[in-house]
Amino acid sequence: MTTAPLPRRRLMPRWRDYGRPRELVVRYLLLLFVLAITVGPLLWQLLASLKSTSEDVFGANASLLPQHPTLRAYEAIFDQVPVATYIRNSMIVVVLSLASQLIFSTTAGYMLSKPGWKGRKAVWVVLAASMMFPFEAIMVSLFLSIRDLGLVDNLVGVWLPGFVGAINVLLMRGAFLAVPREIEDSAMLDGASEWQRFRYLYLPSAWGAIMVVVINTFISAWDDFLWPLIVLRSEHNMTLTLGLSRLQSSSFGYDQRLVMAGSVISIIPVLVLFVITQRWFYKGVSAGAVKF
Amino acid sequence: MATQTVKPVSVPGAEPTSAPGTAPSRLRRLARALLPGPAPGANGAALYRRWWLPWLWTAPALVCAAVFGVFPFLNTVLLSFTDAKPLGGAANFVGLSNYTRMLDDSDFWLATRNSVLYALIVVPLMVLLPLMLAVLVEKKLPGIGFFRSAFYTPVLASSVVVGLSWQWLLADDGLINTWLQKAHLIRHAIPFLSDSWLILFCAMGLTLWKGLGWYMIFYLAALGNVPRELHEAAAMDGAGAIRRFWHITVPGVRQAMMLVGTLTGIGSLRVFTEIFMLGSYTGGPGGADRTLPFYIRDVGLDPLTGNAGYGSAVSVALFLLTLGLTLLAQRLTKEDES
Repeated sequence: MTTAPLPRRRLMPRWRDYGRPRELVVRYLLLLFVLAITVGPLLWQLLASLKSTSEDVFGANASLLPQHPTLRAYEAIFDQVPVATYIRNSMIVVVLSLASQLIFSTTAGYMLSKPGWKGRKAVWVVLAASMMFPFEAIMVSLFLSIRDLGLVDNLVGVWLPGFVGAINVLLMRGAFLAVPREIEDSAMLDGASEWQRFRYLYLPSAWGAIMVVVINTFISAWDDFLWPLIVLRSEHNMTLTLGLSRLQSSSFGYDQRLVMAGSVISIIPVLVLFVITQRWFYKGVSAGAVKF
Repeated sequence: MATQTVKPVSVPGAEPTSAPGTAPSRLRRLARALLPGPAPGANGAALYRRWWLPWLWTAPALVCAAVFGVFPFLNTVLLSFTDAKPLGGAANFVGLSNYTRMLDDSDFWLATRNSVLYALIVVPLMVLLPLMLAVLVEKKLPGIGFFRSAFYTPVLASSVVVGLSWQWLLADDGLINTWLQKAHLIRHAIPFLSDSWLILFCAMGLTLWKGLGWYMIFYLAALGNVPRELHEAAAMDGAGAIRRFWHITVPGVRQAMMLVGTLTGIGSLRVFTEIFMLGSYTGGPGGADRTLPFYIRDVGLDPLTGNAGYGSAVSVALFLLTLGLTLLAQRLTKEDES
């Protein structure tokens, strides 16, 4: 008896499996076109930051690629501008925001996902109401509060309004609701306390939502501009976005390569975070669907 | 810990409701609603939880939402009837004079026009362009993951960095003007950054460019729910890609489009950084490109000349505009569903 040979299967699909060649070419051309539009300006910034002082950045003689690539601008910006201070200040705001947002959005989200306690609705109403008001429509009053607390020109004043966001509480609540009730019941029978159930059952199963909170908090604290612009005054307190915009506007004829180097530096942390957490990034958008 | 005690009998609020047939007295119902303890009908873990524990766990979020969300809004309404100063000092009640001043203020109306125009132009484009992009990257082709991630990078960069980049590209001797001149399409540089209309349109372009990737991902999730068979059947019948887009894709993701429209509408009313970066700190020549948030900051928070009371009145106007837009969007969504 002979065994029939197995049909040969290709592991890798062939190009023609993806569609007609003409359609494919059009698709890739369109993709490259959009790529040039979306990444082009940022890439140009990176390339220009690598140019040496003898090369033009602007004007008819400026070339796209640096002829003599050098990291001089990256050294110079740390020498001539307090960029290290800016970065430290931004980091302080980011770390404070991450800590408070993570701790309190998970605890509040956990309790809001639990039925059967009085006042749940009241808490819910206050949280929902706080999301109705656009930040720009309440920033005058917010600033007066920060002033009364004596936190003008203070990084704590930048952090405080972003202490814990209602949106993150809702996100965590949704994630905790997805945990099956039966698992918690059996954990209770085994004598697990409220804290133990929260820590060892709920937190690990909401990992995806936690990453989304991390990413959203990091980006909004690191990239924020308007609120630090209102609160901060002196140079040694400025965050990176504030410092960059001031560097650009204050000094005409300044070496533009330095500002470009600063821009590249400011993108790197977010880019690294994005690469690490990419799969949660996409999930978060479809799950949260709330941030602008 | 609250749950270690296994004595369900003595937990307050856990008593069985009164015998069938006899409704609990009004006083008793009131007491049960007000006294601390689990809510009526609670079971499971809720019975073992001390009454203050949920409050303790939610307190930070509750306080933050109240102090930095609800209170500032109420305070803004109150402030709008005063002449409070951003750096302190006594505030006097001035009645409706902030509002009458606002209605006569041509700069306020200019800022309102800019904000509304921003929404009118950005919303339709932001609803359609990311959808087209999502259709383009939906098909799983080799390298598509790279393209999707790359299209997302503008979302990651801060508005300041993106604004700096555009500022250089659009400058008189910037890349775009240089290329156009080299191609002999124009003789003199286009004044992208000194003409007030061009600044406004460039800022809109910047908003669109930065939001494309975000809403593309958003639409990708929605596209997954459009049945493939519809596309295949239509293709069999000889419908081209464009007709399939309008007659199958668009109706299929209608709800997502409505949501994107609402979100981008609210977002357009919040624009600040784009104008600040492209039109400098004045908000365009003579402040001609200022949006409502920009105007609020100028009139309400300037340390020397600011009037927080007047700024609050403009803030209330901004809130009403946002609210109106939200209600309109809700109504349209409802009509669309029925």
